[in-house]
Amino acid sequence: MEHLADLARIALSDEEITRMQGELNVIADAIDEVQKVATDDVKPTANPVPLEAYLRPDVAETPLTQEEALSGGPVTDQGMFVAPQILGE
Amino acid sequence: MSNELVKLTAAQMAEKIRNKEVSSRELTQAELDVIEAAEPTMHAFLHVAADEALAQADAFDKKLAAGDTEGLPELAGVPIAIKDMIVTKGIPTTAASKILEGWVPPYDATVIEKIKAAGMPILGKTNLDEFAQGSSTEHSAFGNTYNPWNKDCVPGGSGGGSAAAVSSYEAPLALGTDTGGSIRQPASFTGSVGVKPTYGGVSRYGAIAMASSLDQIGPCARTVLDAALLHEVIGGNDRRDSTSIPAPVPPVAAAAREGLKRDLKGVRIGLIKEIGGTGEGFQPGVAKRFNEAVEQLKSMGAEVTEVSLPHLSYSLGAYYIIMPSEVSSNLARYDGMRYGLRVMPPTGVPQTAANMMAYTREAGFGDEVKRRIILGTYALSAGYYDAWYGSAQKVRTLVIEDFAKAFEQVDVLASPTAPTTAFKFGEKTSDPLAMYLGDVTTIPANLAGVPAISVPCGVDDSNMPVGFQFFAPQQHDEAMYKPAAALEAALEDTWGGNILTKMATPWLAD
Repeated sequence: MEHLADLARIALSDEEITRMQGELNVIADAIDEVQKVATDDVKPTANPVPLEAYLRPDVAETPLTQEEALSGGPVTDQGMFVAPQILGE
Repeated sequence: MSNELVKLTAAQMAEKIRNKEVSSRELTQAELDVIEAAEPTMHAFLHVAADEALAQADAFDKKLAAGDTEGLPELAGVPIAIKDMIVTKGIPTTAASKILEGWVPPYDATVIEKIKAAGMPILGKTNLDEFAQGSSTEHSAFGNTYNPWNKDCVPGGSGGGSAAAVSSYEAPLALGTDTGGSIRQPASFTGSVGVKPTYGGVSRYGAIAMASSLDQIGPCARTVLDAALLHEVIGGNDRRDSTSIPAPVPPVAAAAREGLKRDLKGVRIGLIKEIGGTGEGFQPGVAKRFNEAVEQLKSMGAEVTEVSLPHLSYSLGAYYIIMPSEVSSNLARYDGMRYGLRVMPPTGVPQTAANMMAYTREAGFGDEVKRRIILGTYALSAGYYDAWYGSAQKVRTLVIEDFAKAFEQVDVLASPTAPTTAFKFGEKTSDPLAMYLGDVTTIPANLAGVPAISVPCGVDDSNMPVGFQFFAPQQHDEAMYKPAAALEAALEDTWGGNILTKMATPWLAD
């Protein structure tokens, strides 16, 4: 559970970890159920309405301005997002 | 006077605007008045954009006066509410989550661009379960929305706000998003009409992503025709959504008008055996109204048979693998870096980016969202991806094949929209599984990408509305609008008016 919380980047409390352990059974039951019919001869579906991939015309467009793109940032400086320390000391 | 105005259908409002009997501003103001009176008890809205709506209405009225409305959709000038899961430039958008509280998007969703181009004033943003995850709107970070039929009951979810706004006359129309039933189940619970179009039929650009292979934007309305007219405004190809179907919107409004003639000769309707209303968990009141509606359809000439979709019973299992997996991936973007909440770690914990993300997400997400992210992270864990997510994708193929075979025999399929009518607050919050089971009737359409509509078919013994659901083949959304409109017209005849006439409306002044 702690490993999952770490992967998901959520600092779960001890109480949440205990509670969610039991709830993982929901997905375990779901997995047992689908594996009954998901045999080797069935192809998986990612998009229910299959489409050919396509490219947009190669024409320049006006994107968001730098100011607009940064407008929701929690901390910005000189046209950049400011992140806390990323690498080690 | 204003009450008469707000009780009109959207199509009638549009006609009065065209005939210059009423201005868009008068209509918009009338709706804002209802919102002001109703909101203290309804709480359907997270944000009311009164000034912007009136400015949009004035701009449209000016255009109309100048004779400059050529080519605009029929609904031009009619106001609308927007689920707060769809981004609106300059209007706060939260997905009912603390992690996005106060965020003002710098761009419009494609559907919002279309709504604005149509001269339809945006009244505000409606409440939902946080990130559209839930079936009751109780998982909103900003409080409950109440069912206009009974304040002790939930309005359904996730789009409880849009459904409550429409059925309480706060708005004639609204937009919703439907990943597992979030438009249709609230429509069923509130006596309104809700449509999930074919996957890819309406652009998802600017819809906050929940589970991308299932999500679809669609209309909420009080009549089938109004839903169809709105469907035509928002539908169609958009190259900014790579899953958008490169084809015009199906002729859904014409099909709804055809349905109003109440002639269903030659229409073949298949009742889905597996979710037909007799199974475990279906309330007797729901089955009763559903069966009566089937008799109405027969009396209009429809050929009704029972059809089996044998893999439907695996739908719920497949959904509860695919949905959280995609949720865990999509919600990774809320990392405290580019928008939304940032919470730094407490003193004593290293002040790193990774720790900031973990504390931000712990503080910003609610219980249900965290639960689904963790479940999805588990389902996608290294080494299990093929066995789990892959197996669920195979079930999807089987469900699609079931629908395809069924549509060789019938034109549309039918079932109750939900196994129950609206439940009481708190009744299912402690048991997520019970909440999930209520989606058994709506999830198959999302898995298969087929369109589906919920239309009211009466009330149960507690005077709470019941929904009737039609499914149509992919890219033939029009096929379900005809019988839905016919059923609505036939039932309104027996009720002596729209189903909402059975609902008390103390918030509307005399």
